Amino acid sequence: MEHYAALFIRAVFVENMALSLFLGMCTFLAVSKKVKTSMGLGVAVIVVLGISVPVNQVIFVNILAPGALGWAGFPDADLSFLSFLTFIGVIAALVQILEMTLDKFFPALYNALGIFLPLITVNCAIFGGVAFAVQREYNFTESIVYGIGSGAGWAMAIILLAAIREKLKYADMPDGIRGLGSVFMIAGLMALGFQSFTGISL
Amino acid sequence: MADTKEMKKALFGPILDSNPIALHVLGICSALAITTKLETALVMSLALTAVTAFSSLFISLIRNQIPSSVRIIIQMTIIASLVIVVDQVLKAYSYEISKQLSVFVGLIITNCIVMGRAEAYAMKSPPLMSFLDGIGNGLGYSFILIVIGTIKELAGFGTILGFEILPLVTNGGWYQGNGLLILPFSSFFLIGGMIWFIRTIRPEQVEPKE
Repeated sequence: MEHYAALFIRAVFVENMALSLFLGMCTFLAVSKKVKTSMGLGVAVIVVLGISVPVNQVIFVNILAPGALGWAGFPDADLSFLSFLTFIGVIAALVQILEMTLDKFFPALYNALGIFLPLITVNCAIFGGVAFAVQREYNFTESIVYGIGSGAGWAMAIILLAAIREKLKYADMPDGIRGLGSVFMIAGLMALGFQSFTGISL
Repeated sequence: MADTKEMKKALFGPILDSNPIALHVLGICSALAITTKLETALVMSLALTAVTAFSSLFISLIRNQIPSSVRIIIQMTIIASLVIVVDQVLKAYSYEISKQLSVFVGLIITNCIVMGRAEAYAMKSPPLMSFLDGIGNGLGYSFILIVIGTIKELAGFGTILGFEILPLVTNGGWYQGNGLLILPFSSFFLIGGMIWFIRTIRPEQVEPKE
């Protein structure tokens, strides 16, 4: 149990998807205007990561890994060169299902997320999470913990950024830097803060 | 045949007027992480421009046959296949750089510029215009990457493309390398500054007060 807790904490803080590894930046910077929207997106990312990491892990270990097809009579087959295509296919399918579900049951959230829902597919946080889990050879339980943990870390980062941006609405900035420019600066400062977690080993 | 003015706009517009990074907030992950050296930034720009242009072309060619409910998967398959081609070409002709870029070539698949242009432009436009739009957006991305890469390499290591411009103290010169600019997150500040600069010379991009 302790092992899983350590894995979770590490995925949330030390290897924070957004602020330490710079994955999932596009949505991170563009959808963080309101705390409410970013919470919705954060939850969506936790769900997608929590499902797609273990699913891809199972697929990789049982079908793609070198020698994994021994049970089907192909002990020499090595399909790992297909891994990128498979990962992205599974992620895209999951996101499309999520999109249809949201459209049907939560139309308000669906409209709020707009173009960024299809972009969850190309959210590097998801792809990066899957690639890391496979690369580090996590087992099934570990990959569930890692998927949810890294999703939670990403969600935390975007909610924090949105909270700062809501306060910054009242700041009187020069015209050119208002909006996106200032968001880059804030994200840079947050990343500087998260640097302090590097080197902590659990 | 679309008229020349429109084609010019699709090709050069994205560099300053509608830059994918500075205005549309697309493709930032790789812009942050791999710009420490100018050489990697150049190769990355080239790879991304090629992938964006050809994926826009192919998606635009079959845009009337794609059912909208499975469009994302089809787009991803086309993009992923192109990225595998780029990856193999890089491995064959410049193995050293491909080793340095390793993860990030794969991450072109998840680069939002490619997907964003496919979704926003290529699904609605004829093939030639989509191709030019892809090249244009690749150029816009390259512009930011090359500027950031130059600043970081010059200020951090005192070199440009590996040639020594400012001799470092450690090599008996006078220039003390800027350690902060070597770290990846300093790109945040540099890109923020570039956005400020672009919006100062193009005031119509300034965001309205809320």
